[in-house]
Amino acid sequence: MRLVVEARGIHKHFGAVHVLKGVDLLLAERELVFIIGPSGSGKSTLLRCLNRLEQPTSGSVVVDGVDMLDPRTDINHARQRIGMVFQSFNLYPHMTALGNVTLALRKVAGKSRSEAEALGHAALARVGLADRAAHTPGQLSGGQQQRVAIARAIALEPRVMLFDEPTSALDPELVGSVLGVMRDLRESGMAMVVVSHEMGFARNAADRVVFMDEGAIVEQGVPAAIFETPRHERTRAFIGQIQRH
Amino acid sequence: MSNWERFLETFFNAKVMAKYLPDIAYGMLVTVELAALVIVTGLALGLALALARSLGFRPVNLLIVFVVDLFRALPPLVIIVFIYFGLPAVGLAPSGFVSTWLSLALVLTAFSEEIFWAGITSIARGQWEAARSTGLSYGATLMNVVLPQALRLTIPPLTNRTIAITKGTALGTVVAVSEILGVASSAVSNSYNPSPLILGAAAYLVLFFPMVVFGRWLETRMAWKH
Repeated sequence: MRLVVEARGIHKHFGAVHVLKGVDLLLAERELVFIIGPSGSGKSTLLRCLNRLEQPTSGSVVVDGVDMLDPRTDINHARQRIGMVFQSFNLYPHMTALGNVTLALRKVAGKSRSEAEALGHAALARVGLADRAAHTPGQLSGGQQQRVAIARAIALEPRVMLFDEPTSALDPELVGSVLGVMRDLRESGMAMVVVSHEMGFARNAADRVVFMDEGAIVEQGVPAAIFETPRHERTRAFIGQIQRH
Repeated sequence: MSNWERFLETFFNAKVMAKYLPDIAYGMLVTVELAALVIVTGLALGLALALARSLGFRPVNLLIVFVVDLFRALPPLVIIVFIYFGLPAVGLAPSGFVSTWLSLALVLTAFSEEIFWAGITSIARGQWEAARSTGLSYGATLMNVVLPQALRLTIPPLTNRTIAITKGTALGTVVAVSEILGVASSAVSNSYNPSPLILGAAAYLVLFFPMVVFGRWLETRMAWKH
């Protein structure tokens, strides 16, 4: 089984705060790993260390065979292979949906405008927004904006997708459309790391659930094991809390 | 002669106005040249400094901030006088035109750098992160994602500041630049009549009123829905 992501011994300090305390995260091809945990447990920071939006204090990160922390690595080239979706969408407000999706295709992947637009239209079609290509983010709902953000990432044909609380900023009725796109992506065999509180999605779609607390992985396993028979008291307390809501 | 007629005779003297109209027109041309040079060089330098500052080299940034604060603090007239009367002491003798251009351009550079910088820093970190996560370099992110948004935000304050500083071309009269005010003042001395000043005021309106309207138009055009 080939590993797409190999993060080992990740430590991250923000000043005096020790946010990640030696975390290992391995992700196989076609695998979907779901990271849960209380806020401040370091989930998002771990995700951001994988594409070096955060520089780990120590440890190693290898994605698709590329050492992300080696200063000789062309980080801009490496990042094309790692799609990322953010809680707050972060679409470029001055561009259309198509413009958002094609920018990196043109500027990083070196595609011509027409090539990039063909790929951009295809990516928008995959997220069900073929008819919104000319809309600006301001004209789209939150759910549609997040799907454009997913299209922006998958247009570059990444080897792995990172989702940082992709539905937390959405109204409840818009969550389903985004999760639907994520499910399609999963079925297409994309390796994914998802930080989210959508436990229903985790149960159905995740191969493995990782529970983090206070900067460390407390336990991990298949969804049923984590949700039904957690071994640690902290996991049990967290799952109980989530499920009461 | 009634008071009203005396007033018209003094301030709106058609004969005097007709006589000095060509001079005022020439003054307008000089003002336009000076203003265009100030705007182009001032804004270009201001943007260049803001971009340099965004690279985040601390010694460079301290220098930029110091120079910018210096030229924001000094009255433009003081800078003009300094350049025109001070530089000859070190063997440089810029003309009144060049002195005025340089000083106003430096002042506009200073103010516009601050405005551009504020625009750049006001763009949310998430925009940088989204762009960088797709592999865009720092420069490509700045040019394609951050700057286009920042520039729109800066247009209203930039227009106001540019107009305010460009009007300072009138200060050139102190160092014998034959721009509108300079020409109008000498016409007043020669004709013993203040009508040319009214003409000069009209000339300023003709030049700057459209700029104000243009700024307003840009402001509405550049707005986009969030």
